[in-house]
Parts: sequence; structure tokens; C-alpha cells
Amino acid sequence: MSEEPVLPRAVSVFISFVALLRANGFAVAPEQTMAFLAAIELLGPRSLEHIRKAGLATLAPPPERRATYDRLFDLHFRGSEAIERADGEDEEIVRLQEEGRGEDEPPLADEANESGLAAARAEALVERRFAQETASDALRRLSREAPARLPRRRGHRRRRARRGPFADPRRTLRESVRNDGEVLRLGRLRRRTRPRKILLLIDVSGSMKARTEENMKLAHALSQAAGNVEIFTFGTRLTRVTRALVGPDPRAALERAADEVLDWDGGTRIGDSLKALLDGHGHVVRGAVVVLCSDGLEVGDPELLAAQMERLGLLAHRVVWLNPLKESPAYEPLARGMRAALPHVDRFESGHDLESVAAALWR
Amino acid sequence: MPVRSNIVGIDSPEALEKALRAAYYLADDAIATASYLALALGKPLLLEGAPGVGKTEAAKAIAAVLGRKLIRLQCYEGIDASAALYEWNYPRQMLAIRQAGEESIDIYGEAFLIERPMLAALRAPDSTVLLIDEIDRADQEFEAFLLEFLSDFQISIPERGTLRASEHPVVVLTSNRTRDLHEALRRRCVYHWIDYPTEEREARIVMMRASSVAERTARAVVAAVGKLRREPLSKAPGIAEAVDWAEAATLLHKGGARWPDAFKRSIGVALKDEEDLHYISPRLDALIAEAAA
Repeated sequence: MSEEPVLPRAVSVFISFVALLRANGFAVAPEQTMAFLAAIELLGPRSLEHIRKAGLATLAPPPERRATYDRLFDLHFRGSEAIERADGEDEEIVRLQEEGRGEDEPPLADEANESGLAAARAEALVERRFAQETASDALRRLSREAPARLPRRRGHRRRRARRGPFADPRRTLRESVRNDGEVLRLGRLRRRTRPRKILLLIDVSGSMKARTEENMKLAHALSQAAGNVEIFTFGTRLTRVTRALVGPDPRAALERAADEVLDWDGGTRIGDSLKALLDGHGHVVRGAVVVLCSDGLEVGDPELLAAQMERLGLLAHRVVWLNPLKESPAYEPLARGMRAALPHVDRFESGHDLESVAAALWR
Repeated sequence: MPVRSNIVGIDSPEALEKALRAAYYLADDAIATASYLALALGKPLLLEGAPGVGKTEAAKAIAAVLGRKLIRLQCYEGIDASAALYEWNYPRQMLAIRQAGEESIDIYGEAFLIERPMLAALRAPDSTVLLIDEIDRADQEFEAFLLEFLSDFQISIPERGTLRASEHPVVVLTSNRTRDLHEALRRRCVYHWIDYPTEEREARIVMMRASSVAERTARAVVAAVGKLRREPLSKAPGIAEAVDWAEAATLLHKGGARWPDAFKRSIGVALKDEEDLHYISPRLDALIAEAAA
């Protein structure tokens, strides 16, 4: 790979840093590790910052996990020094330090690798956990049916068709060659259809506590079944968990999501959360099937909620509201928030079983 | 992996930063490092960031530094091979068949091939920089196709065979991050997340880009733009908007308007969304006064 072979011992520090990143859920491919090593060599490296930057450029940590990357970097390459410096600034680092005190000795720079891995494991134990359970049969049935039944939109690409609104010059030419350049029949094209985006907004506030896990599992099953599902959670703040829910194992996916969401079981500010969504991520709403899983018990301003629901309705293809309270036949949407939102909702279902989810989602 | 530590006399991130500055692009440390690594490692450079932080400008500046022609491929939903790679000139082929009559004719010759950006870059890898702009707008099939292109740098045209680049072309990809790119694509590239520049650096960019803006104006505009970016706006002003605002305010000021007033009246070039303007208007005076101080 290079003219000057690097000492294996020197290299092992970098390899173990990559291992530490992987242990913390960063996807790093072997070719990236190679690029990382080549980059370090190219840059000198004359300082620790060179190594940090080489890692940033070649190992490509996602921007939203940049802080975690930096923390792991400091932990690995600066060891205990970094932990002391960060004391009081960062909650999780402090927690790591406390974990470290229980051990025989504080982590030294030389043993940064082991201490890093241990710390990573310890860190994975905090935050809330989801109960261990695999997807139920109903969810499995839902994901099996989903690709064929979810709404589709008209695509930009065209496919061959017997009849269609567009001419197909390529095929026409090819066939005409067979007839000495005489065009006998004009090939036709029509537009392909593509699955619509699906945007799930899951209420994780206290009043929805009993349903949150089910909803997260539904989100995971849908994102596995369809390619273009975006998932956000909201309570007092909006959190994007699409990335966390990637991967076939629902238990691991839900655990990753549990680490990222910080407003479990708090209040509900639907209006503010929708505003944050529409301001910051308006593009994911456009043309999408938007599914809100919430009981509509808004603590914020109902007028703000109504205004944001209107914006949502104008951008989205369809707005679906899954409200578990609707399961009871006696339920009437009397809560101020729910009443404000309903005029902008296309389908209003309970979402407590497969049939009602299907009624809300399918074409 | 063909590593070249010296590209047209540039042998370190610092040297590249200097060269970029000569090409009117003020790069910070991190982006100069990432760009240098991409060039040296022969890998594509993937730049992600909010709209208006200068991703496309960076690609232009890199092309200028290398003295190469920039070929730009703007992505959009539904972009396909005929827009990105090549297309046959069907009417011309059809005419040629007619004209040839009894003679045999090769309708897949050079004359019938319409070159698109990716093929053009592949054919002249030593004199072009390929910019694949806003890759997040293209659909996932195109991304997969791009991945294949970026790993082998070869294109196969069924009628003519496989074309391979004689060396790795310089490729810059940009994304506004409206969706996640495929992990494999990120892996193949050298990655950099461009943030808004620091106030200090943005003021220098404004002065360099704008024709005749006083330093005081530049600083005030940059401070105001920085405050606006922290507001929950649907379209936050980018660097280009900051430059425009500084220019517009200077123009009004020269035309006789008083200073804070000229600054305020020209906000339309920085905030281009009616709702955003409406949202900010009650606090605009305070915000401008604070920034101008």
C-alpha cells in the first residue's frame, strides 16, 4: 500500500480505534480502514488533530454522531487526560469516569484500546431499554403485504409498454434496422410508478407510554418492508430515528432508537414538533404518506397545532392519524389539540390492530 | 490504492488551502485536509452540508486549482443513464440508415454518440473535474449505478464495449442531505461535512466575493446572518445571501440611504420566504441594531 512499511505496533493503535468505532455502532468498511491509514501517513502526522481529521474524512462518521466520534477519539488517543478535561461538561463522559473509578486503576493512554472498549460497553447499558420480543405474526404479515399495497406515485422513468403516451426511439430504431430502416411500428413508453415516501411521527410522551413500543415496532417493520420510510419521534422535541431503526433485528434496532430519543415519557408538544419538522425537514414531507401516532393530548397551543397541521396537509400526499383512544367506541375527539388537528387529517384510525393500520396505510 | 502525495505541486493540506485561496475560495483546515486526501488517495470527495455553505463553490475552486475543466452533472429525481452517461443520436442514425441505401453502415460510430458528463469525464480524466451535484435528489437506483461507476471508473456501452478511464478522474459529489445516502457510497468516498463558516472567516469571504464592501459592513452582515441562522426559519440564508446582502446594503447606502436603514431595507436578498420575513419582522430592528453594533 505504501513505500515505507509502518511498524505494526504503530498501526495497531489505529486499527483498534476502528474496532472501538464499530463497537459503538459506526459502520466502517475495511477499505475505509485502509484509506484511514494511508491518510494518516500522507498528513505526517504532525499532531493528534491530523489523525482526527484523517479519521473524519475517511471513516465518514455521520454528522449527527460527530460528538460521539470526538468523544471516542479522545477516549482512545488521549485516554484519561481527555476524561478529566471534559469533567462536568458532558454528562456521559462523567458517567464513564465514574465507571472507571470502580476499576483497579484509571485507564492509561497506553491501554487506551481496552479501556475504550470497556467504556463503550458500559455506555451501551445506559438509557431506556425495550423489552425483548421478536416481531409478532401480525407485523410479519403486514410487512409481507406492504410492498404490494402501499401507495405509489408516478415516477420519472419510463418503461416499455404496448400502449403509452411516449415514443420509444431506441426500440423503434432497433426494430427498423431489421426492416431496412423502415419504421413499421412506433415503440411506446409509459411512466413507471414508484412507492411513495412514508413518514412516521411517533408520540413518545407519557400518555402514549403503553403504545410506544408497539408503534416503534410497527415503524421498524415498515422500514424493513419498504425502502423509503422516514421515522421521527416527538414528545417535547423532535428526534429523527430513521437511521437507528435500520437493520433486520427489531430488538437491536429499538435499542439503538432508545439511546437516541431523550424525551421519553414527558409531555407532548405536537405543534412545536411539527413546526420543527416542517422547518427543518420539509422535504421529507412533500408527497409523502404522513402517519402520526399520537393520542392528540396537546399541552402546547392548539392554534399552533392547527396551523402546522394545515402546512402538513398542503405538503403531504395523505395525512393519517393513528389514535389509540379511538379503539373505544365511545371515544369522541374532544381534546382541544385533536379537534384542532382533525380537519387536516385524511384518515383517522385507532391503529391498535393490523386491520386498522392497513385501512390507514393501504391504497 | 494509488497514492500520490504530490498533485501539481500541492503536497500538503496547507499548500492546497493556499492554492484555493488564490482561486478565491477560503477553505478552513478541515475541508482543505479532506480535499487534499481525496486528491492524494485518488478517491471521490463527498461534500455534505446545508444549502448555501459553498459545496459547489468548493468543487469549482478545486477544478481551478488543478487547472482543469469542470464538468457538472446536476442530479434530479428520475435522472438516468441517458442524461448522465451517453445517448445515441437516434434521428441521425435513422437518417444515416436511409441515406446508406444498399451500402453497409456502422450506426454506432463516434458521430452518433452524444457524450454526457460522466462519459466526458471518463474520456479525459487528466483534464477534467467531474462534479456530481446534489446527489441526494437522484433516486436510489441512480446512486447504485453511480457506485459502480465510482469503484471501477468504467462504463460499458453495449454496442461498443467497455470504456475504462486511464487514471482515476477527480470526482466531487455534493449532497444537501435531504435524505441519507447509501452507506456504500459514503464508504467509497473521502467525506466532509461543511458547516457554516465562523463569523471571522465568513466576513473575509464576503469581502473577497463582494466588489466593494467595507469591513464594517461585512462584519455587521455576517453577524446578522449568523443570528438569522439560529432562528427556526424554513430557508436559512447561505453564504451567497450574506454576500448579496452586503452588496445590496452598500449600494443603498451609497445611494443616500442612512446606514442601519439601508441594511434593514435590503433584507429581501437574504430572506426570501414570505413566512420567514413575517416571523422575523417584529424583532428585525433589534436584531439589526445588535449586529451593526
